[in-house]
Amino acid sequence: MLKTFPTGGVHPPENKLTAGCKIEILPPPKSVVIPVSQHLGAPAVPVVNKGDKVLAGQLIAKAAGFISANIHSSVSGKVLKIDSHTDTSGYKQTAIFIDVEGDEWVPEIVNGSDPVKEIKLSPEEIVQKCLDSGIVGLGGATFPTHVKLKVPAGKKCDLLIINGVECEPFLTSDHRLMLEKGEEIITGTRIIMKALGVEKAVIGVENNKQDAISLLERLAGKNGDISVQALKVKYPQGGEKQLIKAVTGREVPSGKLPLDVGVIVQNAGTAYAVYEAVQKNKPLVERVVTVTGKTLSRPGNYLVRIGTPVSALIEAAGGLPDNAVKIISGGPMMGKAIGNTQVPVVKGMSGLVVFSGGETERKQYGPCIRCSKCISVCPMGLEPYLLMALSQKVLYEKAGENRITDCIECGSCSFICPAYRPLLDYIRLGKSAVVKMKREKSMK
Amino acid sequence: MGHTVLLTVISLGSVGLVAALILYFISQKFKVYEDPRIDQIQEALPGANCGGCGFTGCRNFAEALVKADTLDGLNCPVGGASLMADVAKILGKEAVAADPLVAVVRCQGSYEHRPRTSVYDGVKECSAAHYLYGGETDCHYGCLGYGDCVRACNFDAMYMDEKTGLPVIIDEKCVACGACVRACPRDIIELRKKAKKDRKIFVSCVNCDKGGPARKACRVACIACNKCYNVCEFNAITIKDNLAYIDSFKCTFCRKCVVECPTNAIIETNFPPRKVKAETVEEEKKE
Repeated sequence: MLKTFPTGGVHPPENKLTAGCKIEILPPPKSVVIPVSQHLGAPAVPVVNKGDKVLAGQLIAKAAGFISANIHSSVSGKVLKIDSHTDTSGYKQTAIFIDVEGDEWVPEIVNGSDPVKEIKLSPEEIVQKCLDSGIVGLGGATFPTHVKLKVPAGKKCDLLIINGVECEPFLTSDHRLMLEKGEEIITGTRIIMKALGVEKAVIGVENNKQDAISLLERLAGKNGDISVQALKVKYPQGGEKQLIKAVTGREVPSGKLPLDVGVIVQNAGTAYAVYEAVQKNKPLVERVVTVTGKTLSRPGNYLVRIGTPVSALIEAAGGLPDNAVKIISGGPMMGKAIGNTQVPVVKGMSGLVVFSGGETERKQYGPCIRCSKCISVCPMGLEPYLLMALSQKVLYEKAGENRITDCIECGSCSFICPAYRPLLDYIRLGKSAVVKMKREKSMK
Repeated sequence: MGHTVLLTVISLGSVGLVAALILYFISQKFKVYEDPRIDQIQEALPGANCGGCGFTGCRNFAEALVKADTLDGLNCPVGGASLMADVAKILGKEAVAADPLVAVVRCQGSYEHRPRTSVYDGVKECSAAHYLYGGETDCHYGCLGYGDCVRACNFDAMYMDEKTGLPVIIDEKCVACGACVRACPRDIIELRKKAKKDRKIFVSCVNCDKGGPARKACRVACIACNKCYNVCEFNAITIKDNLAYIDSFKCTFCRKCVVECPTNAIIETNFPPRKVKAETVEEEKKE
């Protein structure tokens, strides 16, 4: 029997419309807007000024503090201004506006596609390279990778898991990347293994991606250091804690990190980005974004420069249909609707899903009928109905006691609720309030 | 028969007496002294438990009043100066009159002034919408219009205006308890000094964007042009983060800034109509 995580989970319709679409390279747009905060942690500090000429791959904002990431220009051109711009957070953030002129790259960057297998750098140099190249977790959480690769003294890591699950409906960017850049991902995995000093790595892939599983198994070879684990399809298997449980059977305790059970999880896309940074000197300036939706005329997977407006991507996918009502950044389960199409592509944007007409209608919600479906699908073993009620009543301390901060915001509860209750909306609200409360307490 | 009754009365009576004695001694032993003035003051307080004084309820406030050395800084906004004078009398302390305050909504972003650029279909609560994104308009600072403040008001002093989509404060009913100020996730509502005849002059905008984007998002946004700052003779106006602010304690209600404001972000209420200056009338005649 195939492995999966034991608690909860749902089976939303997969709708992987673009699984067969090859990654297309989108040319740089006329201008890009690169936000300085595309990662978890402190926003980067701009190091360029208005009017400066920049090359593609040049550092334009420097990491501020340990948990932060460098930002590089994704295009060559002239800095138009440094101003605020609405990004995927829905708020205005500081961003660097660059007008594109030509496509010149920093000379050290190797832009060829021939795979380089030999790893020359030492573990410390690899970590430094990730820091320099602004690599962050590309699964969506955008946690700076260099922080994750430094195992603190006293902790031990014995296994690396590469997350190739891509359990979100619609999204296929990791799937395509594994198919087309399999060799690079395997090398990237070996680089991360070297940095962490682990002997074993497992690539977790859901069973609906048979082609990727067989390809990666073949590429991994018979060394035995990297194995591929096929997993039973279930959402949210791509959640870090769910994936660890599914692959190893180890459970990360509440409030603890994967490292506490000796595991580090990296996304397949991140492994590719690490490969590019270490072997090709290429910072994180482009990523694969799935642009999909049932009403789009040409949905596909696009390799796009960071900072490209979403409108350019949608244009490439055949333009916005007339009856489009919602564009979601990310997948339909965890993603976030965006307010306008001028929002730039950021490091953490794995997909754009366009919904039309009645596809996303939000129904009027009714009272809770105590069916406990939300409890049975919660992969973290929480009680969503209770957490929603507590958040609604502003009983945040109680919500904290009921482990609201353990919620991974997968949306399974809202998905399954027969009364269409906005469980996750309220839980998110409560969670943010509890996190804020805890932070204030620790400050005192 | 009579014997049984007598026996019953005596035995039950003595049990009762013993129990009463035990209870009496225990109550004496574990007696907690409570200042009788606390009850007296609580009686005098409005009993709204609104939290406007900064304490969790009227009882807590009464305790704090009795404990305090001076009444400075302690004020029940609901009862106002007369109530605080009564309290001072009970306590035998000097009354410190606090300025009465009133809440104002610092946003004029009505449907008419602020074009909608997106539609929000999530939970209809300001706190949830604020956490999620900037709102239905391009102004990421202004009123979201889902009425968290109105729900927080215990005195029926607020309502949502359906035409504008903004909350309205009824001055006569507002007691300045600050519940709406705390409920608003965007700090739009402010408690300002109450002037005679409920006159008000304030910058009705909280947009911290630069002039261009602010104006684009809302026709009546403060663009921080400094005109009001330059015209004010009383140093009541400060400009910070691309936003003007009028200090209600320094403002003398000269109304000069209102005229200067190019976007009508500064509003005046409850003033008599302006006298049209003789010169301007003449000029108009010439034309």
